[in-house]
Amino acid sequence: MSKILVGLKRVVDYNVRVRVKPDGSGVVTEGVKMSINPFDEIALEEALRIKEKGGASEVIVASIGPAETQQQLRTGLAMGADRAILVQSEQALEPLSAARVFLKLIEKESPQIVLLGKQGIDDDNNQTGQMLAALWNRPQATFASKIELDGTLARVTREVDAGLETIEVDLPAVLTTDLRLNEPRYVKLPEIMKAKKKPLETLALGDLGVDVAAQFKTLNYAPPPSRQKGIMVKDVPELLATLKQKGLVQ
Amino acid sequence: MTHILVIAEHAGGKLNPATAKCVTCASQISDATVDVAVFAAQADALAAEAAQIAGVNRVLKIEDAANAEPLAALLAPQVVSLAQKYSHVFGPSTTFGKDLMPRVAALLGVGQLSDIMAVEASHRFRRPIYAGNAIITVEAPADRKVVATVRTASFQAAGGAGSAPIEAVDVTAELPSHTRFISRSAAATGRPDLQTAARVVSGGRALGSAENFKVIYSLADKLGAPVGASRAAVDAGYAANDLQVGQTGKIISPELYIAVGISGAIQHLTGIKDARTIVAINKDAEAPIFEVADIGLVGDLFAILPELEKALG
Ligand SMILES: Cc1cc2nc3c(=O)[nH]c(=O)nc-3n(C[C@H](O)[C@H](O)[C@H](O)COP(=O)(O)OP(=O)(O)OC[C@H]3O[C@@H](n4cnc5c(N)ncnc54)[C@H](O)[C@@H]3O)c2cc1C
Ligand SMILES: Nc1ncnc2c1ncn2[C@@H]1O[C@H](COP(=O)(O)O)[C@@H](O)[C@H]1O
Repeated sequence: MSKILVGLKRVVDYNVRVRVKPDGSGVVTEGVKMSINPFDEIALEEALRIKEKGGASEVIVASIGPAETQQQLRTGLAMGADRAILVQSEQALEPLSAARVFLKLIEKESPQIVLLGKQGIDDDNNQTGQMLAALWNRPQATFASKIELDGTLARVTREVDAGLETIEVDLPAVLTTDLRLNEPRYVKLPEIMKAKKKPLETLALGDLGVDVAAQFKTLNYAPPPSRQKGIMVKDVPELLATLKQKGLVQ
Repeated sequence: MTHILVIAEHAGGKLNPATAKCVTCASQISDATVDVAVFAAQADALAAEAAQIAGVNRVLKIEDAANAEPLAALLAPQVVSLAQKYSHVFGPSTTFGKDLMPRVAALLGVGQLSDIMAVEASHRFRRPIYAGNAIITVEAPADRKVVATVRTASFQAAGGAGSAPIEAVDVTAELPSHTRFISRSAAATGRPDLQTAARVVSGGRALGSAENFKVIYSLADKLGAPVGASRAAVDAGYAANDLQVGQTGKIISPELYIAVGISGAIQHLTGIKDARTIVAINKDAEAPIFEVADIGLVGDLFAILPELEKALG
């Protein structure tokens, strides 16, 4: 039976309003709540549902990150993943490097499906899955809002700008998730206890023999330009008068 | 000299305006020559359209039955074979470009820059991260190809006064059969495109049902505007997924944006920051949307919208 490999990235929680450090050297991450990237939670939920329907025998969650990433992997195990792999790295990797690491994990585990999020809500890159599929020389189905497995192929409905698109890909393949794919389950307390006993393997990034050198240099971080303070109007006539005055309606 | 290849996006025999926006971005690099590549089953009309974009040096036409639908796995190796002669390869940061460009970059062994919002130099760009809460200046290595997506809301479409030569090109690339197009269900709304419209009216969770959401359509009709929606409205099924505005939906830059019953979550705001004028209608005076709104009106949308529509005549 087949395995599903799921990427779980540790990111600043989506509720945190991220701020740039005054000296422009980065964003403030000290003392900030960290969570599983929301799209990756959706990826894990989908993998679990596939397994529950008999479409896979094992769900493996994997992350590249610092030692603290064990927290997110334990949460993934508590959600129902069978085991976890942490590729420990203090340095944040660019998507191409992350894809190269995932390719190593693929060589090790031979999954039938790799499920990643469509984008990390930290760097908003939206690249890793597509890059991994290229390096692996396999199909990609990005921005999935529906996944149907049919033997050795997957039929995937994708959220594209024009609406919905359905493509068919031979497996193995890389699939990336969009928001409407599912609603991730909540973790129950007994599951958290059980998850402590599930296997979590740690690999050192340096042992993988992967080129992870950064290609891009970030020279500066700046806050976004702020908008001018607006006005409040009291009723519809005043709203309309203001819009007319600005030439926005006739 | 900087040689830039822009990958055209098209649908239904028409170029997507995102293509001309990519040309604008590329043209901002000094000394750049900008070529546009059109991949299609029948590319004549599209290539002719691309040739008119001001600032285009040459249009490459790659006709192949396999290019009838934009499948990244099939397009990427073809783009790679063209890319050899270029220092930069740009695509739009639409779902088309986001799907394709990272695959191209990985095949070329280079990283990719997402969502270029400003050009500082041939290898230095600005882009947003953390849902637009930080803007970074990034330098790409000078000795490698730059593969990037262009944040279309940050650039005006180049004009249509050009007359670039068109060349049919044969690419040598092995095309995989592992990925097949099945179908597309585009909600043909007959409305202006959300990403290029001058005015947009959006509704949020407050609408409460698909039936109630019609008041948003009705106001939009009065203004000749397309409709947008918050994620909550899309998730709840009040509006189609392609109407979602925000970090993970569409990034838009209309002259006028009217947000109705939308609280103004960070993820939504990042999609509308480039709007010239933001109007917010919300019954909660404390809603974060009022922090970014140019004009705010506190009140019940179900009372305000009919009155506004009537007043518009
Ligand atoms: C990974 C991720 C990505 C996301 N991407 C996006 C995205 O791209 N776009 C997006 O929009 N969201 C996105 N979200 C969701 C976002 O965080 C918010 O949950 C969402 O934007 C809320 O939608 P809303 O404003 O319609 O609903 P709510 O936050 O529930 O706000 C409803 C508002 O309506 C007002 N209201 C209620 N009744 C009335 C009435 N009768 N008249 C007037 N006002 C009324 C309320 O005061 C409230 O302010 C994302 C979230 C995550 C985790
Ligand atoms: N360091 C990482 N650890 C685990 N998964 C990752 C990592 N980086 C990227 N991914 C996966 O790739 C997806 C897209 O990330 P990105 O290309 O950075 O936007 C994420 O949603 C994850 O599933």
